[in-house]
Amino acid sequence: MENILEARNINKHFKKPVLFHVLKDISFSVKEGEFASIMGKSGCGKSTLLYVLSTMDTDYEGQLFLHGELVSGQPADKLAYIRNKHIGFVFQFHYLLAEFTVLENVMLPARKLAERSYEEIEQKAMEKLQILGIDKLALKKASQISGGEKQRVAIARALINDPVIIMGDEPTGNLDSHNSENVFNIFRELSDEQGLSLLIVTHDQDFADKTDRIIQMEDGRILA
Amino acid sequence: MIQRSVIMSIAKTHLLSKLKQTIIAALGVTFGIGSYITLVSFMTGLNNMLDDLILNQTPHIHIYNEIQPSKQQPVDIYEALSGSLNMVRSIKPKQTQKKIHNAQPLIDLLEKDPRVRGALPQVKTQIFYIAGPIDLGGNLTGVNILQEAELSNLGDYIVEGSPQDLENTANAIILGSGVAEKMSLEIGERVQVNTVQGELFPLKVVGIYQSGISDIDNIQSYTNLKTAQKILGQPENYITDINVKLYDTDDAVGLAKKIEEQYGLRAVDVQTANAQFETGNTVRNLISYSVSVTLLLVAGFGIYNILNMLIYEKMNDIAILKATGFTGRDVQWVFMSQALIIGIIGGVTGLLVGYLLSVVISNTPFETEALPTIETYPVNFDPWFYIIGISFAIVATFLAGYLPSKRAKKIDPVRIINRL
Repeated sequence: MENILEARNINKHFKKPVLFHVLKDISFSVKEGEFASIMGKSGCGKSTLLYVLSTMDTDYEGQLFLHGELVSGQPADKLAYIRNKHIGFVFQFHYLLAEFTVLENVMLPARKLAERSYEEIEQKAMEKLQILGIDKLALKKASQISGGEKQRVAIARALINDPVIIMGDEPTGNLDSHNSENVFNIFRELSDEQGLSLLIVTHDQDFADKTDRIIQMEDGRILA
Repeated sequence: MIQRSVIMSIAKTHLLSKLKQTIIAALGVTFGIGSYITLVSFMTGLNNMLDDLILNQTPHIHIYNEIQPSKQQPVDIYEALSGSLNMVRSIKPKQTQKKIHNAQPLIDLLEKDPRVRGALPQVKTQIFYIAGPIDLGGNLTGVNILQEAELSNLGDYIVEGSPQDLENTANAIILGSGVAEKMSLEIGERVQVNTVQGELFPLKVVGIYQSGISDIDNIQSYTNLKTAQKILGQPENYITDINVKLYDTDDAVGLAKKIEEQYGLRAVDVQTANAQFETGNTVRNLISYSVSVTLLLVAGFGIYNILNMLIYEKMNDIAILKATGFTGRDVQWVFMSQALIIGIIGGVTGLLVGYLLSVVISNTPFETEALPTIETYPVNFDPWFYIIGISFAIVATFLAGYLPSKRAKKIDPVRIINRL
């Protein structure tokens, strides 16, 4: 199967407060339809790795390929476009725009991409909300819904532009076991039914055990 | 590529969710622009009024024969003594006539000059006003009253009667208001004038003249050119002064100099005659502009502050937008649009407020003895003030928004996301 995401010899240093080699020669890949998780102790660099892979952090050495295309060294606007079109994000703390409605939150990345008309985007956003079972909340303000709901809205937003990969930074870290289960099931379905690749950083051993592959990290290196 | 509609809808949501702050920021601009418009309109209105008061009574160029000693004495011309140091003590001017020699051809010539709007002949003389037992010294000026009314603002200062009355009545006079008051004279009554030569001449009062400057109103009166010549027993070519009105007062200095050189007459231009007045004008303009700029600067800082605060509050939003594919420029435009929306809304309401205040001021009664033609406070409704006002509002908010929005552009989403 095709490699969706490939990292080759990625090194990263923190220069402040002291020079610190945080990512050490990391090479790995995520295949199409693969549901992978990254595990490791706090401070082992797993979140840092995720942000390098997400193209948001450009301060590293090495090469990053998305869909076989070199991403490293591209201009910031091009990277923003790549994030917009190909990568979906889910964070630990929901990260919705509080003053916008749920529907607007989901629509924003698609409106930025501007490949479809407003009506089409609206319809598509509703579909995504329906898949996640929160279409009833569409017109509520993002600040008025519960934590579990917020995370599902964030997933709907991550899906709006039909990305090739979804990245999550402890997406269940802030949720109770019931909601964690829920989110995991949603990810599982997306992977199995839509062939989406997922790369999730997590602390949660149960969560990780249920994924296709666990990437173990320690002191800035990948163990297995 | 920038998707303007998304940017605008984000900006709008931000502004509406912080409606109070938005309104306060916009009010800052409104206040600045409104006071700028009001202040400048009122100040320039007052300045123009003072201009009218003083400058319009001074001709742009005043030509007359000045009594002065000859600059060249015969001994200076005598060639045999040209190399030596000649001293003539106690030089006195000789008695020359007050009349301008060949005045009519000079007037015709001046009228042909494209810079000249009109050249007005006058006969000025000192007289005594006599009514009953009282006699008062004063000045009588013979003028072509209709021409004067058209080219100078003399007509504005005739508070009773009209220039037409003077033109149509033989042996008529328009009395200075001070003179009329002192001698208890009203329109239709008669006053006698006594020339320096001793001739007595009865004139009918057809109007009252009030310039607002009491030193003038206490002595000055006007009559027809012909009447004045008749009183003095002089022929029709007797003209003592020529007042020149120009299209552009900036030409006055050059033309006055040329007339002096060419005709050997004294020609005083308006700039020289009112030098201190011009300085006063400049200083007043300077004050009103510096006050306005200060107000606008304060408004600009208000916007700068509020945007800065907004960006702090919206750090998370900025990080999310960037994480989901909005470029730094998009984010910058979100905040720039907010600044510009505040600027435009605040600016337009500022123009309205300024306009309304100006209307109120221009309708406020302002009656003063000194200014007979003015009934309400003068306000200058120059559209340029409004154009400058709105441009400044937009430029100031643009600048005030630029720095904070540039910061938003540079915010690193990873740092914001990691911090929480």
